[in-house]
Amino acid sequence: MKSFTVLQGIAAPMDRANVDTDLIIPKQFLKSIKRSGFGPNLFDEVRYLDQGEPGQDCSGRPLNMDFPLNQARYQGAGVLLARENFGCGSSREHAPWALEDYGLRCIIAPSFADIFYNNCFKNGILPIVLDTQVVDHLFAQMYATEGYELKIDLARQVVQTPAGEEISFDVDTFRKHCLLNGLDDIALTLESAAAIRAYEQRWRKQSPWLFDVIR
Amino acid sequence: MSGQTLYDKLWQSHLVEQRDDGSALIYIDRQLIHEVTSPQAFEGLRIAGRQPWRVDANFAVPDHNVPTEREERSGGVAGITDAVSRLQVQTLDDNCRDFKILEFQINDVRQGIVHVVGPEQGVTLPGMTIVCGDSHTSTHGALGALAHGIGTSEVEHVMATQCLLQQKMKNMLVCVKGQLQAGITAKDVVLAIIGEIGTAGGTGYAIEFGGEVVRALSMEGRMTICNMAIEAGARAGMIAVDETTVEYVKGRPFAPRGAQWDQAVVAWRELHSDPDAHFDRIVELRGADIKPQVTWGTSPEMVLPVDGVIPDPALMDNAAQREATERALHYMGLTAGMLITDIKLDTVFIGSCTNSRIEDLRAAAAVVKGKKIAATVKRALVVPGSGQIKQQAEAEGLDKIFTAAGMEWREPGCSMCLAMNSDKLGAGEHCASTSNRNFEGRQGFGGRTHLVSPAMAAAAAVAGHFVDIRDW
Repeated sequence: MKSFTVLQGIAAPMDRANVDTDLIIPKQFLKSIKRSGFGPNLFDEVRYLDQGEPGQDCSGRPLNMDFPLNQARYQGAGVLLARENFGCGSSREHAPWALEDYGLRCIIAPSFADIFYNNCFKNGILPIVLDTQVVDHLFAQMYATEGYELKIDLARQVVQTPAGEEISFDVDTFRKHCLLNGLDDIALTLESAAAIRAYEQRWRKQSPWLFDVIR
Repeated sequence: MSGQTLYDKLWQSHLVEQRDDGSALIYIDRQLIHEVTSPQAFEGLRIAGRQPWRVDANFAVPDHNVPTEREERSGGVAGITDAVSRLQVQTLDDNCRDFKILEFQINDVRQGIVHVVGPEQGVTLPGMTIVCGDSHTSTHGALGALAHGIGTSEVEHVMATQCLLQQKMKNMLVCVKGQLQAGITAKDVVLAIIGEIGTAGGTGYAIEFGGEVVRALSMEGRMTICNMAIEAGARAGMIAVDETTVEYVKGRPFAPRGAQWDQAVVAWRELHSDPDAHFDRIVELRGADIKPQVTWGTSPEMVLPVDGVIPDPALMDNAAQREATERALHYMGLTAGMLITDIKLDTVFIGSCTNSRIEDLRAAAAVVKGKKIAATVKRALVVPGSGQIKQQAEAEGLDKIFTAAGMEWREPGCSMCLAMNSDKLGAGEHCASTSNRNFEGRQGFGGRTHLVSPAMAAAAAVAGHFVDIRDW
C-alpha cells in the first residue's frame, strides 16, 4: 500500500449527501478481475453524458460539464470535499480503487458509511471526518477561490487551508500508523499467529460443529 | 455490571486479541465468496505466496453475474455471452479449484444468491461470525450470528489470517411491538424502520431487531429485515435465537447432527440479549402503525406508505433536504403532490437476497393467481434465490401461476437487483422491485426503482400501478 504522510492538493466538490458506492463506480465496471484502472470510470454516470461500458476508451466520451471534476479549475484534484454519509451502500472496494486511481487520496466529509470508511485505509486513502459547519466553511472557501488547495498532514492530524488556518482531525492510532508507513495489514496480523492458533484450539473444542464441515 | 447484548456475546466469544488502542482481532468462522469481490483477493494471496489459513471456513458460489435466462444459462460458464462476466465467473471456478475451496458452480442445483444459499445449506449457523465481500451479508444475522460485509482487502485478510481487525460497534435495539396488519410483511417493516432512522441512522451500530412482531416472523422474514440493516447504515443486523431459528436450522446439509446437534442447540439458546443489557440507542415502532411501504426516491430512506403523497421540496426548510428531494424527483420523473398509487410501472422484479425465498414467491403467486399482468407492464421477472427454491416453487406449481399471468420464470441469481447480468432497466423505466437499493442507475442506467414487498410488487404488476395490498 502507498503510504500517506503529507498531501497538498486542489480540493474538488462532490456536493451532495448520501453519495453511494454505485454512484462512485457503477456495477458494470465491477466485472474486472483487476484492482487498477478504475479511475476513468469514477462517478461514471454523472461524469459522462453517455452510458459507459467496461474496457471502453473514455477519452472520446461526451463529458457532463456541469460535473465539477470535468471543469478546468478542479483538474488534478487530490482532495474531495463531500457531504454526509459518503460511500453508503455496497461494500465494493472498487470505490476506493477508483478514487485512488483518479488521484483523490483524501476525502473530507461530515460522516462516512462504515464499510467504505474502512476500505479507504486499506488503499492509502485518508477519509477525514469534520463537523458539518467546518465542512460548510471549506466548501464556501473552495467555491470562492479558484485553485483552492488544502494541505493534509497526517502525522500532525491537521488540515491546513491556504490562509494558514489549521483544523485538527481524529484518526484511529493503528490506522494512522499503517497509513503513515504504508503497512501491509496481513503481515501485521500474522505476527499474532500464535494467539490465533490458541484461540482456534479453544473454539474448536467448544464448538466442534464449526470445523471440518465445509469441503 | 449490566448484562450483555447479543452483539456483545458474539463479539466476546470471537475475541482473539484486544489491543490497547481499542481495536481487536476477531476470529471469523465463515467466509462466503462470490465472483465479484474475490478475484483481487486470490490474486493478492498468490502474489504474497500465501495459502488460506483454514480452507474449510470458506464457501463460494457465483451469483452476481450469472445469466438467468434458461437458454444462456444452460451452456454453463462457457455459455455466458458477456465475455467480461464469463471471465469473472471462470476466475472464481479456477481460484476455488486452485485453493481447494468448496464451490457450488453455476449449474449446480444448490447454486443461488450467496445470502440465500448460506442459511439454506446450513453453511451459516447461529453463533458464528460470518463475512463476505458484499454488504448484504447482514442477512445472516437473522440466525443469531454476527455477519457483515467487508471490502476485498479484508476478504484477502480473512483468507490469510482467519481474523479481522475490528473496532467494536455500538449497540442499537430496534423493537417492533404488537402485531402487524394483515398483508404487511417483513419488507414493509424494514422499510418503515429505515424511513424512521434514515439511511445513516445505524452507522457505527450493530442493530438487534426485536419485539413481538420480529419474534412472530418466519426465518425468511427475519432474513429480509437483517438484509436491509445496511440500508439503515448498520453493517450488522441480528435477531436472537429462538425455537423458530432452531427449527429452521435442523436437518440442513451442513448443520450439526446427533450429539453435536444437541451440544450446539444448548449453546445457541444463550444467543439473546440479557434482560438488563445496555443499548446505546433504542428505537421503538408499533407494528399496527406500519402500512405497505413504497420508496419514491433514490435512497431507501425516501419511503412512504402506499397511501402517501410525493413530498414537496418547496415546503422543506432544510436546504440540503430540499436539494436532495428535488434531485430525486427529477431523476425519478415524479412531481410533488402526486399519489404513490398513481405511479405507473414498466417493469416488475421479484427476486434478490432480500425477497427471493420460497415464502416471498408464495406471497407473490397468491396475488397473481388467475390474473394477468397489466398490458402496460412490459416485463415482470420472477427470479428465485436458489436452485433449491426454484425446485420447491415448481413442485408447488408457483412457476405455472407466474407464467400464466404473463411473468417470466428465471434461473437463480442476483439478476436485476444490481443489473450486472443482462437483466437491466431501460432509461426512464419505473420498476416495482423487491430488492434493496433504489440508488440512481442501480438497476440500469437511468432506471427508476421503487422498493416494495413481493405481494405489493405482484399487485402492481397486475394493476399496472401501485395499489394498497390491504384492499387486494
